[in-house]
Amino acid sequence: MAIRAFLLCIILFSSSYTSFALYEDQVGLMDWHQQYIGKVKKAVFQTQKAGRKRVVVSTEENAIAALDLRHGEIFWRQILGVNDVIDEIDIALGKYVVTLSSGGSVLRAWNLPDGQMVWESFLLGSKPSRSLLLTPTNFGADKDNVILAYGNGCLHAVSSIDGDILWKKELAENGIDVQHLVHPEEGDTIYALGIGEASQFEAYVINVRNGELLKHSSKGFTGGFSGDLSLPTSDKVVVLDSSKSSLVSISFVGGEIKFQEFQISDLQGYSGEAVLLPSKLAGMVAIKIDRSLLFVKLKDEGTLEVVDTVPHVEAVSDSLSFAEGQTAFGLIQQDGAKIQLTIKSSNDWKSHFLKESIEFDQQRGLVHKVFINNYVRTDRTYGFRALIVMEDHSLLLLQQGAVVWNREDALASIIDVTTSELPVQKDGVSVAKVEHNLFEWLKGHLLKLKATLMLATPDDVAAVQRIRLQSAEKSKMTRDHNGFRKLLIVLTRAGKLFALHTGDGRIVWSRLLNAFHKSGTCESPRGIKLHQWQVPHHHALDENPSVLVVGTCGHNSDASGILSFVDAYKGEELNYLAPVHSITQIIPLPFTDSTEQHLHLIIDSEGYGHLYPRTPEAVDIFQKELGNIYWYSVDINNNLLKGHVVKKNCKEEIADDYCFESSDLWSVIFPSDSEKIIATSTRKFSEVVHTQAKVNADQDVLYKYISKNLLFLATVTPKAMGDIGSVTPDDSWLFVYLVDTITGRVLLRMSHHGCQGPVHAVFSENWVVYHYFNLRAHRYEMSVVEIYDQSRADNKDVLKLVLGKHNLSAPVSSYSRPEIMTKSQSYFFTHSVKAVAVTSTAKGITSKQLLIGTIGDQVLALDKRFLDPRRSLNPTQAEKEEGIMPLTDTLPIMPQAFVTHALKVEGLRSIIAIPAKLESTTLIFAHGVDLFFTRLAPSKTYDSLTDDFNYALLLLTIVALVISIFVTWIWSERKDLQEKWR
Amino acid sequence: MRTKTVVAAGFFLLLILTTSSGFQSDELLVDDEEFGLEGGIRSRSRSDPNNVNAATPQSIRKRLVSDPDSKIQFPLEHAFGDSNFSRAGTFTARLKSSSHGSQMQTLTKLRFSRNAFTGPEKEDFEKLLKGDDFYKIRVPSNVLNLSGREYVVSSVKARCLPRDGLEEHFLIHMDGVNILAVNYGSPGACQYPRQLKFPAKWSFNSHTVLKPTEQAPRTPIFSEAVVGENAEGDEVQPPERSFWAKYWMYLIPLGLIVMNAMTQAMNMAEEQTSGQAGAQGQQAIGAQRAQNTVVRRR
Repeated sequence: MAIRAFLLCIILFSSSYTSFALYEDQVGLMDWHQQYIGKVKKAVFQTQKAGRKRVVVSTEENAIAALDLRHGEIFWRQILGVNDVIDEIDIALGKYVVTLSSGGSVLRAWNLPDGQMVWESFLLGSKPSRSLLLTPTNFGADKDNVILAYGNGCLHAVSSIDGDILWKKELAENGIDVQHLVHPEEGDTIYALGIGEASQFEAYVINVRNGELLKHSSKGFTGGFSGDLSLPTSDKVVVLDSSKSSLVSISFVGGEIKFQEFQISDLQGYSGEAVLLPSKLAGMVAIKIDRSLLFVKLKDEGTLEVVDTVPHVEAVSDSLSFAEGQTAFGLIQQDGAKIQLTIKSSNDWKSHFLKESIEFDQQRGLVHKVFINNYVRTDRTYGFRALIVMEDHSLLLLQQGAVVWNREDALASIIDVTTSELPVQKDGVSVAKVEHNLFEWLKGHLLKLKATLMLATPDDVAAVQRIRLQSAEKSKMTRDHNGFRKLLIVLTRAGKLFALHTGDGRIVWSRLLNAFHKSGTCESPRGIKLHQWQVPHHHALDENPSVLVVGTCGHNSDASGILSFVDAYKGEELNYLAPVHSITQIIPLPFTDSTEQHLHLIIDSEGYGHLYPRTPEAVDIFQKELGNIYWYSVDINNNLLKGHVVKKNCKEEIADDYCFESSDLWSVIFPSDSEKIIATSTRKFSEVVHTQAKVNADQDVLYKYISKNLLFLATVTPKAMGDIGSVTPDDSWLFVYLVDTITGRVLLRMSHHGCQGPVHAVFSENWVVYHYFNLRAHRYEMSVVEIYDQSRADNKDVLKLVLGKHNLSAPVSSYSRPEIMTKSQSYFFTHSVKAVAVTSTAKGITSKQLLIGTIGDQVLALDKRFLDPRRSLNPTQAEKEEGIMPLTDTLPIMPQAFVTHALKVEGLRSIIAIPAKLESTTLIFAHGVDLFFTRLAPSKTYDSLTDDFNYALLLLTIVALVISIFVTWIWSERKDLQEKWR
Repeated sequence: MRTKTVVAAGFFLLLILTTSSGFQSDELLVDDEEFGLEGGIRSRSRSDPNNVNAATPQSIRKRLVSDPDSKIQFPLEHAFGDSNFSRAGTFTARLKSSSHGSQMQTLTKLRFSRNAFTGPEKEDFEKLLKGDDFYKIRVPSNVLNLSGREYVVSSVKARCLPRDGLEEHFLIHMDGVNILAVNYGSPGACQYPRQLKFPAKWSFNSHTVLKPTEQAPRTPIFSEAVVGENAEGDEVQPPERSFWAKYWMYLIPLGLIVMNAMTQAMNMAEEQTSGQAGAQGQQAIGAQRAQNTVVRRR
């Protein structure tokens, strides 16, 4: 009896592990977080002093990071806003990292050891210009602290100690493009050099102490200039003339401008265009023609001489001066997978310090940038290491002929994500390696038992935590019963495709797609979308799943498109089509062919639809459904919404059998003087809805209006297009629409007075939630609209249901006039929002949570129940039982509801919810500069025991029970016997 | 509430109009109130071929262009499948300037007169019915500027329209003088396997509705005091729960224990009834033994 009660208690306790939030020791059990920085733009090494060797980099994701040179780990990282592009980076005073950003208008200093911001200065100027940064090192002891920053047409001298602006000088008043700031070895003067509008060379001589303009000289050049100035020495610049056949060296010492022109005969031999490289090489300039580099030496008297021509050069570093006034620079030659790094001396072309050849995997493409650094070897000679940035945005450190470390920083710029199931575990496939044997399993559980019963030593607790984190179960390469293990296929801006394992986030494979290589026909390839192409599940199980990568060659809508098909298990590019017709829209159709390939209709810029896969079978399937395929287009520029239907094959002379014409069906026109489209949202194509009926507290039934063809659209008055606060509430309107995309019916048009964008919306089942700014209340708001179907409301009559006189099984047609009812409510929400998503589960039974990416780069899970339009001030008892909460004006933000717990997903861009096979659970993947993945159970895991469930304890209890039964039985037998003997 | 405010607005308008120089007639006010109360004008008009040519739009517009509350007309055009658009009917409405004297103008009293199908149109429509093709209509996007920028197009499968006659339903979304969208279709359902059915009468039965914009519900704003009161109120009256709801977790184990005890007691009782004699004998023996010991001790 007592034991039974004890057992009951134990089961109750052990099942109460499912909790509202995460416990501290559960962090990292089912979530992972990866930090990236993005493609490196500039790098500065900090290796002079003892201590940790590091390199400070600025990246295209607007991150500043200090990386460990030994392992490539991030010491610290700061990510600036999306619009705060970092232009220049340098180190000042040996302890501050100085960055110039936002087109030269913000200058910041960061503490080198820990990345804390020390000071920040706003540099105001009149007009946009290029931005330059000069941190002189040898002004003498008293002036060591001046930083010169040029931006927005103004030269500023800023104290590097506290960021005070010492003086300011306007330089760009005559449209002069200042390109260099030069500080000669000695003296108090600096030069600002540039090219004027009339192709004249301009030199300003400025006193560093007070910003006084000592001399301004300018001299025109008859041949004209093309391209930028190159600065090989501190007293001469070199520039190409406008015919690009000769070089001009310009001496500007003391403001005296002298031109010297040199025909370069070697330039004639090449067909390509000559480009002067911006690399700063001591005493030399490099000219790039046709992948070959011409090195031209600048002599003291100002004459130029071609030193050498090196073929296949991909990148050249700036020159680096090290001990005894020696300078060196690195250059990278690439031939396929082989990379040759040469460190040459600037003084003596014949000799080189280093020549290393490294081979590594082809999936990185070409070398884009190289930065070099020197160190002292154990034998007191100089060694060099090189940091190289590859075409796929990865960062590698080369030292002693080997790759010391690499970072896959392409993952900082994910464009699109899709998932793929892992292969099914087959009998032939052995997974024994990753599985524990029975003894270890038992040992693990015994440890857990000890921890549960509070008998464990700290060592044991650590061991338990280690076992939990390294659970081999979650990183297996086979499909699991619950559907937690999947491959995340991500497309990055570099055109590289990665497959990440959901268990631990490791890269399973990566591929730089051939289709996305730059070529003559495709100038700037970029990816747009990923689609599941082949998902074998019924009769094509032997085939691997594959994904379709869609890209385009340019930024115009009529640029030709790229299609690439990639095997999701191996990462092999099966096939690619490039360049093809332009791509404006990709419509996945709900049909598959006999090999489980999904049919896709791709709409080009002229409104023709192209069917993929290009097989006769696909055309047959498509022809059968020809009249039932509709699509819509949103024209933001013209404020138009248009509906189209696919009609017939294109005319013979235009294209092949796979091309289809469409005709316009409907149009909705927003008056351009009063409305402007700012956001659209539709339901997810794959979303599952469990039930259409919603039972009220008063035993009434509401029928959800569930249509896959609803579009949510938001418009604002054109005045309200600007930033928040740029318009008065009276002039600002926000209109929201619900449009049926088959017939063009506007089901709802609702206005919010005094509100403005940005609007973030999410559409799911029969509701849409959107986030906007309320100017009257000076707060952000979230509104919900729920749509109910009134045409089915008659079905509540039981008698009718019994007699079969209901319309529940009748096919739904968009051409029937919808009888809908909408309910709506607005609530204040404290945060501004970066992205909104909603959880989705396999069968749609589990209640939903909204996933809100906050401005603080965290993901907040908010129960949909808070956004229920039926919330009232004093809900009745029945309504409370239904789960309706009392009305509040603000949505609550509970600290425990942050899915990302203590972590930040820097630069959050998008949140994706993927249903697991287990109904209660959904997988969440959030990406920005960082990646974050976790599992979420919005209604708790009601359909399974948690991973933490202690089977050993259960087993032990059962064993103990059985033993106790036997013992008591024996006791009672014995007692009986004794009694009988008496 | 809303009707009340509208009535109040109407009354206010009345006041203004009566105090102003008074070039308006009473008739308009009645219209206003009617419109306000209904939230939109729903006019039904049988198609009447004789009525169509009653007034040409040009003459009407010319006549009323200076009048702030003027009647306007705009055409409905239709197309069969991919054919060109042709005139199909005329909408007539009253243009009403806002009482605030701003630029806002709204349409009221929308009426529609439909032209009957001509012979070739009938044939075209039959062709559409046979091919299950689209019947398209369009109206200008700006009712004041008919030659304006674009047309708002809507279409429906032709097979959805025929009943006894031809039934059609227009729901026009307006913003001032701009037509945003027209929801066009049959007034009722259109079953999916669309049957081929020819109308008995070739005349349209048209329903037109002008739909104004809904105003989004305001965010409830609670002043601090109200919130405080509410909180206090909640504290004062926590929901009364039954005894069972409060203590079920104790009662179930207790019940189990009691039941266990009961069954055991029953078993005991059975045992006792069956072996009572033996037990009594044992007791007697025990008593004797006790006596014996007592005796021995002596």
